[in-house]
Amino acid sequence: MTPAAFAFYIFATTTVAGGLMTVVSRNPVHSVLWLILAFLSSAGLFILLGAEFVAMLLIIVYVGAVAVLFLFVVMMLDIDFAALKAEMARYMPLALLIGVVILMQLGVAFGVWGFADGVEDRIAAPMGDAQNTASIGLLLYDRYILLFQLAGLILLVAMIGAIVLTLRHRVDVKRQNIVAQMMRDPEKAMELKDVKPGQGL
Amino acid sequence: MIAADIQVVLPELVLSVFAMAALMGAVYTIKDRAAPLLVWTTSGVMVLVALWIAIAGPQGSAFEGSFTSDGFSVFAKVMILMSGAAILLMSEGYMARHGILKFEYPVLITLASVGMMVMVSAGDLIVLYMGLELQSLALYVVAALRRDSIKSTEAGLKYFVLGALSSGLLLYGASLTYGYTGTTSFAGIIEATEGGVSTGLLFGLVFLLAGFAFKVSAAPFHMWTPDVYEGSPTPVTAFFATAPKVAAMGLFARVVHDAFGGVVGDWQQIVALLSVLSMFLGAIAAIGQRNIKRLMAYSSIAHMGFALMGLAAGTVLGVQAMLIYMAIYVTMNIGTFAFIMSMEKDGRVVTDIDALQMYSKREPLKALAMLVLLFSLAGVPPMVGFFGKLYVLRAAYDAGLGWLAVAGVLASVIGAFYYLRIVYYMYFGEERDALDPGMSPVLWGFLMASAAVMVVGIVNLFGIEPAAAAAAASLVN
Repeated sequence: MTPAAFAFYIFATTTVAGGLMTVVSRNPVHSVLWLILAFLSSAGLFILLGAEFVAMLLIIVYVGAVAVLFLFVVMMLDIDFAALKAEMARYMPLALLIGVVILMQLGVAFGVWGFADGVEDRIAAPMGDAQNTASIGLLLYDRYILLFQLAGLILLVAMIGAIVLTLRHRVDVKRQNIVAQMMRDPEKAMELKDVKPGQGL
Repeated sequence: MIAADIQVVLPELVLSVFAMAALMGAVYTIKDRAAPLLVWTTSGVMVLVALWIAIAGPQGSAFEGSFTSDGFSVFAKVMILMSGAAILLMSEGYMARHGILKFEYPVLITLASVGMMVMVSAGDLIVLYMGLELQSLALYVVAALRRDSIKSTEAGLKYFVLGALSSGLLLYGASLTYGYTGTTSFAGIIEATEGGVSTGLLFGLVFLLAGFAFKVSAAPFHMWTPDVYEGSPTPVTAFFATAPKVAAMGLFARVVHDAFGGVVGDWQQIVALLSVLSMFLGAIAAIGQRNIKRLMAYSSIAHMGFALMGLAAGTVLGVQAMLIYMAIYVTMNIGTFAFIMSMEKDGRVVTDIDALQMYSKREPLKALAMLVLLFSLAGVPPMVGFFGKLYVLRAAYDAGLGWLAVAGVLASVIGAFYYLRIVYYMYFGEERDALDPGMSPVLWGFLMASAAVMVVGIVNLFGIEPAAAAAAASLVN
């Protein structure tokens, strides 16, 4: 077994185990930690493929931002996970049955797997000597510009949606008005009184 | 190169830029007070873009085949934009009355329409997925638009979670397809399947079709439909029942013919099964429903079964029948929902069909329009709905699916019961408290126009038959 193959099996096993534990672990915080493990090991898989840029993105964006956000959300939300799990447990036998059937079917599909004729010609050719980051940039802003822009629109919709569903304009609170604050004239805003010692106002 | 590509996606580009401009314009000025104006402008722009696409729309393939604009996509896009514009106009009054007319609503509907236009034009699995997500994400938000109501938020959440599940299935299918063929482009897939489909690719195909079946709400992937239809605000329900259904059916047809057109026999049985299950489930499950919105949900499931029957034929005639069926279905639904939106008692929304008892006595004209629409939905001759059914039945029969056509007739007879029950209530029911009289002129106009189309259309179906034939011919070759 070459070192690369050995590394592949290590990373692949931890990815699958991390994914499984994310689903079955009892404590939601542990779930997120397992998810981070799955992300990290898939980043390892990407490095094995020679896609170091994607691997770093996975670590920076998914582990660094998304998973940490998940962690915050899980800790802040007051959800009774035990009750949710109890509800799910009622359907466990049926779910297990369906899961096993699908797993066996996928096993069948894997057993007879064969590529179509001429698959080598259709798989996109490597970019030559260009670096990973440069190649992605060239593809993303040229050939896949439509996909890139559509992804942008999807993110815009997500942003609008988050605002529409959560923003409330409250009228009963005082808000800071910066312009009014800056335009305030000390001459008019305060009055100086000369108070003599020993006398009141 | 890039200029020619942009030429082809220009209609989508114009709509997206309009949506962003509208968003910015409203955010920085008068916010929600701009909503009525925006609703009218948006539907105006949508109609204009639809006319532009229909008359002088760009044709051709762009971005190395990942986006195709042909006769089929033009037909579907015109239907999507026209029905979207109609629903927007109808919804303005209702949403304003219930205090949910936000300026983001027309913006989200526009962006959803852009997603739908991309869906029916997709020439690549990734573009397909992007269009689908753009559409779905906007729809999840509008489903939960009445955010203070538990039912509406439940509808949005349910739609979102089940939609994410279906996207997962679809992506799994897409990755299996990619793994087998080595490409995501439809042109490449059809080339790779020339020698038949291997077991691995068949799995990919099944997962892809399961994802699409969820989007068109075909049984057994229909579970979300009644709850989402019931919980969403009625104008949003009306939107769900029209444009997204056209887009999802268009996408379905696009993938099975453009990518898997060489292996019709492999997907024909899947689509036929989906079709027969949907028709019977829609017909039988609706019998127990008293809520008209849930009833329309089951009705849409049954109608999708009929449209899928056309698709199951796997021929040019089948696609043509599917397009004609969808056009008729959308027109009927616009009229029916115009009526449902006006169902109120003392200013509160009523959705119980019992409230329609003896409606004909108080509002004979509106009751007559509803009678025409319900007969048409049930497929009673001589209304136009009957001809829609006739087309798909003929397509299925000609393609050698005689059993499917027989099942369709049976399901249609069972389904007629619940449409006719409403008619019975309206004309022969017992006296009850009256619904609020009156109806906004816009709703009245759409109700009457749609009912009139159902009667007048029997002359020549307004000439959509040759248009649908040309569209189908451009897809199937």
